[in-house]
Amino acid sequence: MPIYGTALLSLCLLTGLTVGRLIGAALGVDADIGGVGIAMILLIIGCDSLQRRRLMKAPTENGIVFWGQMYVPIVVAMAASQNVLGALSGGVMAIVAGLAAVALSFVLVAVLAKGGSKEEKGS
Amino acid sequence: MSILEGILIKNGLLTAFSLIGVTMLVSYWASEKLTRGRLHGSAIAILIGLLMAVLAGGKNGLSDIPMLSGVGLMGGAMLRDFAIVATAFGVRMEEFIKSGFIGIVSLFLGLFVSFFAGGVVAFAFGYRDAVSITTIGAGAATYIVGPVTGGAIGASSEVIALSIAAGLVKAIAVMIATPFLAKAIGLNNPRAAMIFGGLMGTNSGVMAGLAATDPKLVPYGAMTATFYTGLGCLLGPSVVFMIARALF
Repeated sequence: MPIYGTALLSLCLLTGLTVGRLIGAALGVDADIGGVGIAMILLIIGCDSLQRRRLMKAPTENGIVFWGQMYVPIVVAMAASQNVLGALSGGVMAIVAGLAAVALSFVLVAVLAKGGSKEEKGS
Repeated sequence: MSILEGILIKNGLLTAFSLIGVTMLVSYWASEKLTRGRLHGSAIAILIGLLMAVLAGGKNGLSDIPMLSGVGLMGGAMLRDFAIVATAFGVRMEEFIKSGFIGIVSLFLGLFVSFFAGGVVAFAFGYRDAVSITTIGAGAATYIVGPVTGGAIGASSEVIALSIAAGLVKAIAVMIATPFLAKAIGLNNPRAAMIFGGLMGTNSGVMAGLAATDPKLVPYGAMTATFYTGLGCLLGPSVVFMIARALF
């Protein structure tokens, strides 16, 4: 049944968010550190072990795959709920500060990403 | 009319599914017919989403309109994180491990570059105290790191508001710019996506930017970006503030 997959996905995220919060608390910050990443690792490991034991049936998979396919529309809904006006009304300094960080980061992505891909092509 | 309105409000999530579904349909049609696929359908959809948020005008965009409050639930943290974890299904663990080291490097590099860029801009605009410079720099990391850092080191509410605005500008700029710059910066493989997520850090920006570029890259960018805000909240009020205090 698809609900098995959806339940597994939910458990992974709930566990990940809890662990992320605990890591944050251990380091003394009131924030989630890596919750989603931990949940993704749990999901990969969980699905892998189920597949190995042949317990992963197609309907179960569908209960996970469906939500992955809903990702883009959910991001569109997220974009539509952003405080875009708030960003623009922050004044010139806020806009310049935000754009400067983005511009510098894009340059660094180009340096780091291209540097490695050449090596990979060579090997 | 009021009967329909009542139904749309009561079934907010369904209203959101319908509205976003039509938005996707229009966007993918426009992508194919008007840009011949050069601009990805999801990129157009995200732009339309941002535009609708501007037109709605509120603090939470479209979801401030009672009839469309379901958009806030659909695009809120719960379903967003849920869908993003689901995209990891079918990804092999080795892909993450292979790029793990460069991912961690890009995380720290990305945080310091954003703190630096924001701090320099704050300085250029006349701020001379370590607290304000650190807070605005933190805002240039993400709009969560800004207020968390500012709150911890005692920044004024005006500076904290500026830091949130800087973070919002960053998130939106990443959403819009990524699909256009992806080719030029080599963002077309899992390794580059992990670097991208670590350097940009802003969750919403990274997720929307990658969705508009190539949805297959989403789990990789999300994997590193998910550590960014937490690490920023950790480093901002401590290491970065100490550096700023030593300088000013």
